[in-house]
Amino acid sequence: MSADATQRAIVAAPGFAALARRYWLWAAAFVAALLLPWLFFDWSTHRHSGFALTMLSEIGLMSVFALSFNMQMGQAGLLSFGHAILFGLGGYCAAHTMNAVKAGSMWLPVELVPLAGGLGGLAFGALFGYVATQQRATAFAMITMGLGELVAACALMFMGFFGGEGGISTDRVTGTSVLGVSYSSSWEVYCLVVAWTAIAIVAMRLQTQTPLGRMANATRDNFERAQFVGYDPRMVRFYQFALSGFFAGIGGGLYAIVYEIVTFDTVAAAKSATALLATYIGGAGVFFGPLLGTIVVVLLQSGVSLLSNAWLLYVGVLFIIMVMYAPGGLAGIVAQHAPIARIGRLRELLVPYLRILVPGVLSVFGFVLLIELASFTTIGVAQGKAFKIGFHAVDPATPFPWVLGAVALIGGGLWLRLEARGFRARWDALIADAKAKGAML
Amino acid sequence: MEVFLVSLLNGLVYGMLLFMLASGLTLILSMMGVLNFAHASAYMLGAYFAFTISQHIGFWPALVVAPLLCGAIGAAIEMYGLRRVHRNGHIAELLFTFGLALIIEKVVQMTWGLIPVPYRIPAGLDFPLFTVYGTYFPAYRAFMLLISALMFGAIWLGLTRTRIGLVIQAALHHPEMVGALGHNVPRVFTTVFAAGTALAGLAGVIGGNYQVTEPAMAFTMGPIVFVVVVFGGLGSLTGCFIASLLMGLIQTFAVVLDYSMADLLRWFGLTVTSATPFHEVLMVPLPRIGALLPYVLLVLILVFKPRGLMGTRDT
Repeated sequence: MSADATQRAIVAAPGFAALARRYWLWAAAFVAALLLPWLFFDWSTHRHSGFALTMLSEIGLMSVFALSFNMQMGQAGLLSFGHAILFGLGGYCAAHTMNAVKAGSMWLPVELVPLAGGLGGLAFGALFGYVATQQRATAFAMITMGLGELVAACALMFMGFFGGEGGISTDRVTGTSVLGVSYSSSWEVYCLVVAWTAIAIVAMRLQTQTPLGRMANATRDNFERAQFVGYDPRMVRFYQFALSGFFAGIGGGLYAIVYEIVTFDTVAAAKSATALLATYIGGAGVFFGPLLGTIVVVLLQSGVSLLSNAWLLYVGVLFIIMVMYAPGGLAGIVAQHAPIARIGRLRELLVPYLRILVPGVLSVFGFVLLIELASFTTIGVAQGKAFKIGFHAVDPATPFPWVLGAVALIGGGLWLRLEARGFRARWDALIADAKAKGAML
Repeated sequence: MEVFLVSLLNGLVYGMLLFMLASGLTLILSMMGVLNFAHASAYMLGAYFAFTISQHIGFWPALVVAPLLCGAIGAAIEMYGLRRVHRNGHIAELLFTFGLALIIEKVVQMTWGLIPVPYRIPAGLDFPLFTVYGTYFPAYRAFMLLISALMFGAIWLGLTRTRIGLVIQAALHHPEMVGALGHNVPRVFTTVFAAGTALAGLAGVIGGNYQVTEPAMAFTMGPIVFVVVVFGGLGSLTGCFIASLLMGLIQTFAVVLDYSMADLLRWFGLTVTSATPFHEVLMVPLPRIGALLPYVLLVLILVFKPRGLMGTRDT
């Protein structure tokens, strides 16, 4: 949303209909989040699917984490390689808080435990942010990487706070709920996660419209000019970093509640990388981009990792493709269609899309087949799995599946190149038309 | 004294190994502004290639072929990947190499398995060269020292005595000016990138059997090489050399000296028990702090002296 759109919104003081028109997508997403688990509900035993609930909870808390990462990367242009330390430390704080509540040495309703994680994240965000925001760009990235490695190493070294390799176990059933909920079932926990995710997302969205959020954009876009206007970019970066630590800590607190254990993994470099991958795949330039990316990454992580050992490879390849061909991410791709939609010619893209879909699916199939074959021959055999395409068992030792994969990948790739040329021409024509009609913003 | 000498030699070996990795990275970072996350991956690939080649042909051909393979991969990455990403800025290039490092790790896991491979020191070099106060010094470490010293000489000569070396040196500081003078800067970039990855590959060949050849070796080595590069300073190979040796010595000596803050306090008549506040921090032995030291250095240098030891500009 542009600055004068905000102005207009404030001046107009919209009624209910206008509000509904603007926020229906968010409301729909919230309702969908509450309804989705019922798709996996087992009516014969009257139980929720534990797998689905865990996966959806993971999407919720990871999207808070990824969005808080994007407060640095997308909003302020600060690429961090150690964002997980804020997430993880928030998680440890929340776990210790819950243990203290359980032991009776303090009182806090379970509903507010994520807030304890958030405050922990804020405190550590202020501490690390003070150090890291002395620099920006590549130097900032390296400082955060150093801090990340440092905290990860400390997590294995100091038993008292981090619990070493075993981590800190906790118990969310503290009996201190203000709503009278015990949080012994995962459905109750899921509702808590959805509520906190929604609160955190709305808060982060509103933060982008505060003067601080705007100044963060300014220091990202034109560092010198932001200085000339009279702001101290370092302070802007610092506040933004600390605040993003707060939200990452909320994500960590939710993690502690969902899994009831916080381990060294939560501060490790791989966790930071997940936020980075999710944000970039989803699109760092649009607010809800990281949300999209998180959904993709977690689905791949939980869904594909059941079938295959190579889910991280797929995420990595997707990431590279995004970096090379679509720096705006998935959200950017969607946003590029806006001008064409505005001139009402989006329908004309349907056939070109179908035409690139066929070779696209073919080459993806070939690629996945080859990767799975390779991964199967080294890792899968040891795990005693059988290799299947669809329902047909195939012997990976024979050349047939390999040839099939290679042909599908190369043939599909060449065909895709051919079709992409036609698509490009069509696209350029439509964009040119949109430009001529003044629909480009 | 005995411990000191042995550690000094070991630190030197490790430091020279670090230099082989860091020299390429420092050239790439100073010239192209690309913080190459995939550099340590080239180190890992070098080790794995050498493992496979030495199983089929032998160690000595591997010493030549594996780095060349890595160099070819590096050239391909630069020409078909980085150049395309370049127009999206340095951060995009950095992210690109980061993604590559992830993919390479996965591919290595899929090709050679999750567990370490038995990449061993060649039989011809597996004997003690001399003894220092009763401790054997393996011939292979001397060989590593020799190779890295030769490499250091070759880099130095190449950069100061050849035409392309002079162009590279100029492009370190003023790439636009070099381009304006009619040199093919993209080709210089490709050359440097390929040479850097080949060097990293060579470091992998001789370092893979010195350390452990496993899929995680890139992600453990990577940050340390970054520390060396930042410590040495952008645009300075000499600084990089000194930083490598220092880092090698720091890490080896930290492992040998088994003391903690508590021991220091005992000198002043203070005993640390489990009741003392922060007793965990005080009782951590130096070898474990030694593992943290590179990262502490990285943060401190970037915050207080981003120019590094002998750098010509800020990181």
